[in-house]
Amino acid sequence: MTDDKRAPILGATAGGGGAGAAVQENIHNPVEGVFDTVEAVPGSKKPDTILTAQNVTRRFGGLKAVDVETLHVQRGAITALIGPNGAGKTTFFNLLTGFDNPDEGHVELNGVSIDGVASHKLAAKGMVRTFQLTKALSRLTVLDNMKLGAKNQPGENFLKALVSSMWTDREAEVDAQARELLARFNMTHMADEFAGTLSGGQRKLVEMARSLMTDPEVVMLDEPMAGVNPALTQSLLGHVKQLRAEGRTVIFVEHDMDMVREISDWVVVMAEGEIIAEGTPDAISANQAVVDAYLGSHHDSELDFGEDS
Amino acid sequence: MNWDLIFTQMFSQAFGVNAMVYALAAIGLNIHFGYTGLLNFGQVGFMAAGAYGVAMTVFWLNWNFWLGIGIGVIFCVVLALILGVPTLRLRADYLGITTIAASESIRLFVRWRGNRERTGAAEGINDFADSFFALNVFDKPGNESYQFLFFEYRANDLWVMLVGWIVVAFCVLINWQLIRSPWGRVLKAIREDEDAARSLGKNAYSYKLQALVLGGVIGGFGGMLQVISKQSVQPDTFNPVITFLIWTIVIIGGVGKVWSPVVGSIIYWGLISLMITFMRELIGTGAGPNLDRFLNLSILNVDQLRFVIFGGALMLLMWFRPQGIFGSREEMALDDR
Repeated sequence: MTDDKRAPILGATAGGGGAGAAVQENIHNPVEGVFDTVEAVPGSKKPDTILTAQNVTRRFGGLKAVDVETLHVQRGAITALIGPNGAGKTTFFNLLTGFDNPDEGHVELNGVSIDGVASHKLAAKGMVRTFQLTKALSRLTVLDNMKLGAKNQPGENFLKALVSSMWTDREAEVDAQARELLARFNMTHMADEFAGTLSGGQRKLVEMARSLMTDPEVVMLDEPMAGVNPALTQSLLGHVKQLRAEGRTVIFVEHDMDMVREISDWVVVMAEGEIIAEGTPDAISANQAVVDAYLGSHHDSELDFGEDS
Repeated sequence: MNWDLIFTQMFSQAFGVNAMVYALAAIGLNIHFGYTGLLNFGQVGFMAAGAYGVAMTVFWLNWNFWLGIGIGVIFCVVLALILGVPTLRLRADYLGITTIAASESIRLFVRWRGNRERTGAAEGINDFADSFFALNVFDKPGNESYQFLFFEYRANDLWVMLVGWIVVAFCVLINWQLIRSPWGRVLKAIREDEDAARSLGKNAYSYKLQALVLGGVIGGFGGMLQVISKQSVQPDTFNPVITFLIWTIVIIGGVGKVWSPVVGSIIYWGLISLMITFMRELIGTGAGPNLDRFLNLSILNVDQLRFVIFGGALMLLMWFRPQGIFGSREEMALDDR
């Protein structure tokens, strides 16, 4: 489908960097300028849509948690999903990734409906997600965490698992791929440690690296930078940009507007389950509705704790 | 005090039929709980399913005994599907509730008078395994005992043990191979976090069902060998306490380790037997403190006392070595679910 636009994972090991590494300034942005012609209104059409949501609603009792009329996501771009707590961002994520089913509505991936498709089948279709509360598999080693993400491993079939020769060849490939990715995320030294021993930030890295083992087209990151120190945040931002440079589509939920402005190409704002605005980061920062609902009027000035405040 | 008897009893029990049967049941439970995180509180139900599969085939259907082994396996698979299909999509607790209820339902159903023709009801079924003992390679006339070192077994028991421990070895081998394979990696991932496994494209529901079936069938082999050894199946031997003894064995050995169920079972049966023979000797010979007078203990209630002592020992184990014998403490500490 879009393989021509995307470098294979194994080739793209440059530009990694862990905590404290230099900020990656010159990572190529393949969608530079694509949004110039896109109208900054909710539900606007994109030049090359990979993911579409139409009239997606989800009610919890009397509460309408998600009510998204239309959302088009641009292929190969980094799209940020922002909004106040309780705006329905994570619920919307769950609906898109099959972890929850909408009461109504349609979702299409690459023009094919994924309504009612089970969450575990979406990875094969090229969509992978991470979680707001990081899900490191504690009592598996970091390397096993990585290997779990691999596709086409015949040894995951019960009967084939009994015969080692059916899966050891593929396992060697998976092992190499996993180590390559760990190197890219500067986690090689932790490969044989239990994931449960990692720090919060390292878990975020492992979760992101693990999701890349599925070689996804669309990567959905739920608050990838939450609770991560500034140096590691820079590193994570670099990794996200790297995903875009490889031609992958990134959708992420984030609260920190500085992060959003630094890496996203397009911003979608949700409030009370609905999409209230879309636009480039700069346009969103200037949008009065967004400022009122979410950012607050002082969002772009430094906090001042002077005597007179 | 007859130390020879005490040690002979201990070692014979430690490697005897019971230890073999419970090792199998525990291997099954370890696959459920230790590797997949399934809360199965009805492992005895799988033992009953296997046992009745064999016995009913011979008693009710008048079919070949060996066919009964296959029927026993089918019973276990069907039971696992009945338990798993509706509950494994839900939270872990639901399987726990369902299994404990199902294992009791099975016991009450087979002992129901209306089933007399099929299951023998409360009297059970006897003498259905002649075909098995016809092949006995240890044929001493009149089922005499064999003695060697500290061991003493009757010829028939020795035959059941030979077959049974081979089955145990085979199950341990299968278990080991599966857990080192990518299939086992998915199981462990599901134990740690089901949603993460699903997000990476693993069908958690299907894997949990596979694990439930596999562990259930292995438990079923335990049930089959237990009733074959006695040539008798009784509904009330499959009471819920058995399930918790199996849990005890898994915990002694260390949850989620290949060898733990086998070693746990050997230790459990060795200690239980040591305690009972020791205490009986103490009362019988009048040597040492006279338990009869001080504690008002008779031969009959030392049977219960050993479980009290064992329970205390289990508490100490949890205090000083919560990971069991084979478990790793660091791994245990990571269990932050």
